[in-house]
Amino acid sequence: MVEFKRPDKRAVNDIRPMKAKVGIVPNADGSAMFSFGETIAIAAVYGPKELHPRNQRNPAKGTLRCTYNMNSFSVSDRIRPGPSRRSTEISKITGWSLEPVVMINNFANTVVDVHVQIIQADASTRCAGINAAAMALAHAGIPMRDLVSSISVGKLDKQLVVDVDKAEEDWEEGEGPTDIALTFSHNDEKLTHIQLDGIISAKQLKEAVELGKQASKRVYDLQKKALKSVGEEITG
Amino acid sequence: MKAPKMNVDRIKRYLAEGKRFDGRKPEEFRDLEISFGVSKKAEGSARVKLGDTEVIVGVKMAVGQPYDDSPNKGNLMVTAELLPLSSSRFELGPPKFPAIELGRLVDRGIREGRFIEFEKLCIKEGEKVWTIFVDVYAINDAGNLLDAAGIGAVAALKNAKIPKYDEKEEKIVYEESSGNPVPLTKEVPISITFHKIGDQIVVDPTREEEDAAEAKVTIGLSNGVISSMQKGNEEAIDTELFGKMLDAVEGIWDDLNKKVEKALKQ
Amino acid sequence: MTEKEKMREIVIPGETIVSGDDYLPGEGTEKQGKDIIAMKYGLAEEQSRLVKIIPLSGTYSPRRGNVIIGKVEELTFNGWVLDIDTPERAFLSLMEVPRYVNKDALEEVMDLGDMVVAKIWSINKRGIDLSIKSRGLGKIEEGMIIEVNPNKVPRIIGKEGSMISLIKDETGCNITVGQNGFIWIKGAKIEDELLAKKAILFIVERSFISGLTEEVNKWFGGQIKSATASVKDTEPKEDKK
Repeated sequence: MVEFKRPDKRAVNDIRPMKAKVGIVPNADGSAMFSFGETIAIAAVYGPKELHPRNQRNPAKGTLRCTYNMNSFSVSDRIRPGPSRRSTEISKITGWSLEPVVMINNFANTVVDVHVQIIQADASTRCAGINAAAMALAHAGIPMRDLVSSISVGKLDKQLVVDVDKAEEDWEEGEGPTDIALTFSHNDEKLTHIQLDGIISAKQLKEAVELGKQASKRVYDLQKKALKSVGEEITG
Repeated sequence: MKAPKMNVDRIKRYLAEGKRFDGRKPEEFRDLEISFGVSKKAEGSARVKLGDTEVIVGVKMAVGQPYDDSPNKGNLMVTAELLPLSSSRFELGPPKFPAIELGRLVDRGIREGRFIEFEKLCIKEGEKVWTIFVDVYAINDAGNLLDAAGIGAVAALKNAKIPKYDEKEEKIVYEESSGNPVPLTKEVPISITFHKIGDQIVVDPTREEEDAAEAKVTIGLSNGVISSMQKGNEEAIDTELFGKMLDAVEGIWDDLNKKVEKALKQ
Repeated sequence: MTEKEKMREIVIPGETIVSGDDYLPGEGTEKQGKDIIAMKYGLAEEQSRLVKIIPLSGTYSPRRGNVIIGKVEELTFNGWVLDIDTPERAFLSLMEVPRYVNKDALEEVMDLGDMVVAKIWSINKRGIDLSIKSRGLGKIEEGMIIEVNPNKVPRIIGKEGSMISLIKDETGCNITVGQNGFIWIKGAKIEDELLAKKAILFIVERSFISGLTEEVNKWFGGQIKSATASVKDTEPKEDKK
């Protein structure tokens, strides 16, 4: 059996070397960094605090407000500073992936701001961002039921691989690339986020989700270690 | 919560004795740390830490048309983003004045300091020149983002290499370097911002000291010589105090320049 | 890891702290079946079978009876709105001031930007109600205000006030600690106030260690030594040890 050759020579189930560190922005209530190989994301959390304007306040529950942005120099072709449609969409998705575990009923009428910034991009940026955001929220002392852990699963022609990098995102052979971003809550193993670009059969997608679930546990282990050793860079 | 009046009174009283809350002298800068290669996708990048204040700066290059009045010179564009993640005081949205001011002051420091040799960025006179983008991001605001950004821009430029330009395809190959660094003069431009608190002046203020300041003057120096200057904020500065700034600036520049040179070498 | 060892350990949201029928879920935890699960990031602690989380981070949770320090941010027709660093609105009614206040001259008692020590006497849907009727409360005239993580306040005060008394004795300062993390220091000299500030920040950094009072005592001893040494530094270099 010939082992499938990934561009960076990883095994099909290998995640790139990961790094996590909690407590990187002194001003923030909570902050963290997470990286998959050359993809680096940082997140900072401020809140709970008063929500302005008043008419946006929700007396039943709190508001989780997430923003995702990329540094102009995080990619080869400079990104003009400012929001884009893509960053606006990912901002919303980041919030949705975190909300199921955040106990927002506990902070009615207030807002918790989560800011994700991508420092260097090599695909799977939204996953790295969600991982950093989850740690930052916990670090900020926000009531949470659990952590969420995010990972991407790809299909290169017919082969499923874990943790897609840029070279794989641009895969050209056969059926081309399929990129699936997944986020799981750890304890109940539920999907809090899934997005897909590409071509895949329902059967293979089920397989991909299972692969992602197992891989997300390795992400969780790193997030947990980083939270237990604030200020230390944890690798995995 | 912004520093209450009583803290401002305390700051002024202590300064009158030549002392500051963190033990520094009024003309002293905090510990400076510079590291490079913040993003491998940038042509050059640097992270600067001045005490707890942190900024990251990246250099990107693109090819475009020169301006009509400088057909053989490359271009420079500096932008700054005061990210909401760096302080509860910064909001989302288009850049407000402080971000614009920061960008322009850093730009002025580099441009008037004659740091970049723009003629060497010409590919084809009148048609194609390199544009250098310097983008500054605030990561933690603990006071004096201004001077930290200035040092960051210089460090990122020093770290920058021109990417390969495929003349035939008329495309930049970002993944490959031409091997040439961005053409810079030897003298590193450094900006020092003086802050007026009562009738005292300090440099490299903490967030608290910056809140207490009524006016500021940013002086850009290159090789010990003043090349640019700008006064900010509403209050007026009497000429005697301004004279004190000018008396102190060369000495402060000397110390800071040594710190920057040391940090750049690592 | 034994259960005893797991106590006083940092736990993350969703982590099982202990398992067993006779454990009870305290603050920041939930019981699911036999497991006590952390619902917040912090230090797990068990006392008489009650398991709770001591938060390491997070904004201040106001409680009735808390003494807090805030800044006047608004004058209304019948009182002052204070910024005490909570999302809820904190209000001091002129009825809660120990003397008569003229409705048209509120700013003469306390004006915008003034700092105030107050007590929370009620928390309701409208917000937080404050009072300055008791002794030791009221407008702050002079001194220094510092801000710390409100979760560290218990350590700064110490058991029955032992830690804060130590700092007061060593620095000669008057110190009022607000539960919301704001601390007012007033001393005879600025040096004394800065020493008190340093001591408090020292405690905040080492809030986990046991025997902290001993450490702080030692630290004060060291501070006095270095203070006399720095006086020596102003003398000619030959005298430097």
